[in-house]
Amino acid sequence: MGQITLKQITKNFGDVQVIPPLDLQINDGEFVVFVGPSGCGKSTLLRLIAGLEDTTSGEIDIDGRNATEVPPAKRGLAMVFQSYALYPHMTVRKNIAFPLRMAGLDKDAQNAKVESAAEVLNLTDYLDRRPGQLSGGQRQRVAIGRAIVREPDAFLFDEPLSNLDAALRVNMRLEISELHQTLKTTMIYVTHDQVEAMTMADKIVVLQAGVIEQVGTPLELYHTPKNKFVAGFIGSPKMNFLHGSFSAGYSAESIGVRPEHITVSKTEGTWKGVVGVSEHLGSDTFLYVDIEGQKTAITVRSSGEVGVRHGDTVFLTPDPEKIHRFDNQGLRIA
Amino acid sequence: MATQHSRSAARFMMAPAVILLLGWMLVPLSMTLVFSFKKYLPLRGGDLGWIGFDNYVRFVSSSAFWPSVQTTLIIVGGVLVITIIFGILLSILLDQPMWGQGIVRILVIAPFFVMPTVSALVWKNMLMDPVNGLFAHLWKAFGAQPVEWLSDASLFSIILIVSWQWLPFATLILLTAIQSLDSEQLEAAEMDGAPPLARFGFIILPHLARAITIVILIQTIFLLAIFAEIFVTTSGAFGTRTLTYLIYQRVLESQNVGLGSAGGVYAIILANIIAIFLMRIVGKNLDA
Ligand SMILES: Nc1ncnc2c1ncn2[C@@H]1O[C@H](COP(=O)(O)OP(=O)(O)OP(=O)(O)O)[C@@H](O)[C@H]1O
Ligand SMILES: [Mg+2]
Repeated sequence: MGQITLKQITKNFGDVQVIPPLDLQINDGEFVVFVGPSGCGKSTLLRLIAGLEDTTSGEIDIDGRNATEVPPAKRGLAMVFQSYALYPHMTVRKNIAFPLRMAGLDKDAQNAKVESAAEVLNLTDYLDRRPGQLSGGQRQRVAIGRAIVREPDAFLFDEPLSNLDAALRVNMRLEISELHQTLKTTMIYVTHDQVEAMTMADKIVVLQAGVIEQVGTPLELYHTPKNKFVAGFIGSPKMNFLHGSFSAGYSAESIGVRPEHITVSKTEGTWKGVVGVSEHLGSDTFLYVDIEGQKTAITVRSSGEVGVRHGDTVFLTPDPEKIHRFDNQGLRIA
Repeated sequence: MATQHSRSAARFMMAPAVILLLGWMLVPLSMTLVFSFKKYLPLRGGDLGWIGFDNYVRFVSSSAFWPSVQTTLIIVGGVLVITIIFGILLSILLDQPMWGQGIVRILVIAPFFVMPTVSALVWKNMLMDPVNGLFAHLWKAFGAQPVEWLSDASLFSIILIVSWQWLPFATLILLTAIQSLDSEQLEAAEMDGAPPLARFGFIILPHLARAITIVILIQTIFLLAIFAEIFVTTSGAFGTRTLTYLIYQRVLESQNVGLGSAGGVYAIILANIIAIFLMRIVGKNLDA
């Protein structure tokens, strides 16, 4: 079981309120991702759940039990830290066995569990090495191994992949997702990378300055963002926002169009503009088009073989079905 | 990236310093070696010629030799144990966030800046004096008979004085080591269910191992040579005659330079054996 409920929790550091009153429900077996810009309080929220920080007010329930005052070790949660936090003077085996040893398990039971975890994580050949003799990805797996053997009710990850290179990150992303499929344990995962959030999550929690902007499935957030912040944060490249005369026709303060919902033509279209930079990724081309009356360039995502160059005049047509309208509060008009 | 040229230029420019340093060390060292093979009694006939290894044999066979080695080892060992145990405790304490941290840290370092002679005198006259000392008053306040520290518990008293001087050094080095410990490791251990004592034993202590060996190495080298503390407190009486003190007595009190020099050579050999031994340990620790 791994059901976690946050009720009106707040956190102050001195006079600064980092988390204003916040409610959140995390269901058993869910893969929840906290995403948001740097400094928005993701790590703080995770550490509150872990018990490494004390809440200023509010209540944390784990499996229906009030756990606000329960010390971290007794909450039944396991955490994987951004720096891995492996014990440098212990071998991989001892690192993974550490929580079992602290729980007073006998040596044989420890070894059996360590070995089965090592098998799952492809660490069998490295059990007698020290963390210093492992690569970044292997260290990451050891940290996960140390979390798995405890058979916790929920796993907490704090940006576990941010120290890895791009290729390895994709691999580990898949491995963690697979692990979730196998274990079916609740996982809470903190990242500032919206691609990780979109690809891994059952449920995404978008945070800004300690406030939950929206909670929903990846596709909900993509298709029906609640406000301009979520609309701009989710999706890559970012959504384009247009104001003034552009949005007047839609009876909205501003409108938003995703780069993939704009078609480019050399002959006709709604908006006329000049192509600035174009980025060729092979599969896609990102065009940055300056249109009259709009300060920032419009990003357009088109197919790989679009035949336009820097300085060409083009016409852009947004898909009318996919235009998001926002009122003067920045909220999306349904 | 030093080129051949810049390397020889560097050697050339370092030469004066190296020559000065070598001279500084080599001249007394070779004089000691020369004297150790001579019968040299400044007030009783002066240089009486070469006598081979006589001085060496006499120094070792003297009844004062082995007790002095033993005293030296007890003092060095005692001070090491006290400074390291209390150094670890103090550094953990100082690492906690608290009010006035900066001032407290400076106060803790303060004893290190007091000259050994001065601190030994302060201890002798203000704290340990059986009539006027602070400890005597304290004992009397509880109705107990004041302890004659420097005669009844002479070795312990000297260990106490020297530990007080070296505690700041140990604390400082251990504190910087503790501060370099990744706090996430402690948090991970906490989540893994390790209670405070286990966190200390499994995480903090292994992390400090290297700093501890360095403290042991450096302190041992300096502690083998302590002199002022003994000179101003007991003058080597009551079983506090260390090897260094014995050499001093041979040369200045018995006016036997040759015999003292032989003792000096023994001391050099002893210090080097310990240094090599400790270097090995540190080297092993630095590799890991
Ligand atoms: N111990 C602390 N004392 C004071 N302020 C803190 C402390 N820890 C965090 N903060 C503040 O709380 C806010 C949220 O920090 P937090 O570490 O949760 O951000 P984050 O979302 O994890 O950012 P990042 O993506 O950069 O890791 C920040 O403004 C930070 O300055
Ligand atoms: Mg963070």
